[in-house]
Amino acid sequence: MNTRARWGKRVTFWVGLILAFAYFFPFFLVFVNSVKLKYDILANPLAFPAPITWDNFQQALTKMEFFRSLTNSLIITVLSVSLLIVFSSMLAYYLARTKTKSSKYIFLGLVASMIVPFQALMIPFMALFAPFVSWNNRASLVFFYIGFGVALSTFLYHGFISTIPTEIDEAASIDGASDMVAFWKIIFPMMRPITATVAIINALWIWNDFLLPRLVLTRETQTLPLSTYLFFGQYSIEYGQAMAGLALAVIPIVIFYLILQRQFISGISQGAVK
Amino acid sequence: MKFAGVPLAIFIIVLVVPFVNGFYYSFTDWDGFKATKLVGFANYTESFEDPRFWSTLKFTALFVVVSLILVNAVAFGLALIVTSKLKSKNFLRTFFFVPNLIGGVILGVIWQFIFNSALVALAEKYDWEMFKESWLQDTNKAFWALIIVTIWQSSGYMMIVYITGLISIENDVIEASQIDGASPVRTLFSIKIPLMAQAFTIALFLTLRSGFMAYDVNVALTGGGPFRTTELISLHIFEDAFAEGDFGTGQAKAVIMFLVVALAALVQVTISKRYEVQR
Repeated sequence: MNTRARWGKRVTFWVGLILAFAYFFPFFLVFVNSVKLKYDILANPLAFPAPITWDNFQQALTKMEFFRSLTNSLIITVLSVSLLIVFSSMLAYYLARTKTKSSKYIFLGLVASMIVPFQALMIPFMALFAPFVSWNNRASLVFFYIGFGVALSTFLYHGFISTIPTEIDEAASIDGASDMVAFWKIIFPMMRPITATVAIINALWIWNDFLLPRLVLTRETQTLPLSTYLFFGQYSIEYGQAMAGLALAVIPIVIFYLILQRQFISGISQGAVK
Repeated sequence: MKFAGVPLAIFIIVLVVPFVNGFYYSFTDWDGFKATKLVGFANYTESFEDPRFWSTLKFTALFVVVSLILVNAVAFGLALIVTSKLKSKNFLRTFFFVPNLIGGVILGVIWQFIFNSALVALAEKYDWEMFKESWLQDTNKAFWALIIVTIWQSSGYMMIVYITGLISIENDVIEASQIDGASPVRTLFSIKIPLMAQAFTIALFLTLRSGFMAYDVNVALTGGGPFRTTELISLHIFEDAFAEGDFGTGQAKAVIMFLVVALAALVQVTISKRYEVQR
């Protein structure tokens, strides 16, 4: 390696390191201040905590009803993502294997719908579904997520199914399998990579979504982003507690990411490029 | 496969019906409950006579353009760093992606604390003139605050898109250019960027769309303040309908937003596609 290349590498390394530090810095501020007393935060937000107090976390846990919000988020995300996988994989299989004009138009309609911003139909949406929502708002939220997520998920599955040869379906039907059995026993297991992509993309979206839950959920059923936002609004003057609340909101998804990092990155890149 | 009809029915009920209703309502005297008569373009003229709607449109357009350029420039730079020969590249990639995992509202309130409290406290301590007053109290500075948070949030995701583009380029093409004596900069602009133009099409489309739809960071960071001067279009429509009860004009504005997004995306994709190299 010549000197120029070595210098280039050294510069890249330092630029990368400084940027990584900058990207992490806001989280550092949250964590470091979440264990400080209010007065110490205002005196110097950058200083390391001395003394350390866990009182902020205790307060935040109860005031933002952390475990209830976490449970709500988990239930809503897991249910919506599972149903999206089941429904959109079947729909994509049907659309990809039925070579009729109508199946082509349905697919084009789904693709075109992805350009519609939620805000463009938010008002008539709420007018239409207000009674439905008040009956069971968690169930209706899951229902809405299927409606809004089905287009992208079906699109991703559709692209993958097109690469599976139809001979496999034919062999299954000659052996006497109904198309439901053939799909779930043979085709679906072959689609594991794209199922991972669909799961990750939808889970990130639903876990972090704010606007739709804000319109649909009540205090008892609120998800983590919603309760964090409301908690921060109420207690932002109690800096320590507010920071502890933010730390609590950030930790679950970051741990999940660190465990499944490889799947996250490959899932996102597959989903984006399709 | 009769079950395939179930998701299709849900899609139509949840998305298509409100979308079509929205078009219809925007031409009526709809008050959120019932529409008694058609009013032609009255809601649209009223929207365009609202000076705040114009300032929101301008603010949104500026936000979309600036965030589009900066997010993609930063993301491409990050992608170059993490596809270099560094040993620490996977470690760096992990860090750059983390903000993207967390919802815009939470990112927004983290930065609200930084701009309103942390930076102000530090400015007092070390006498930094530019941070003594919170950036969120001033329309122009609040704009840049929104841009900073948006870059921090989205660049990790776009970085992944660019990484996918960069590693899809065959090594022998790059080696050939190096043997021909091309400098790394020349290789980047003459070989790599043209060969990965598809990644730019995708990343530009995604940033364009998320720029127009930005709501979470807006509501959590500035809340539209000071005095509704930093409202992006989504927040403006939300406030019109659910805070002020102007359903008719609110929906007319929503239809305008849809048309603007669709048109901008169409123009961007057509232009970008022209730069893609067929292989």
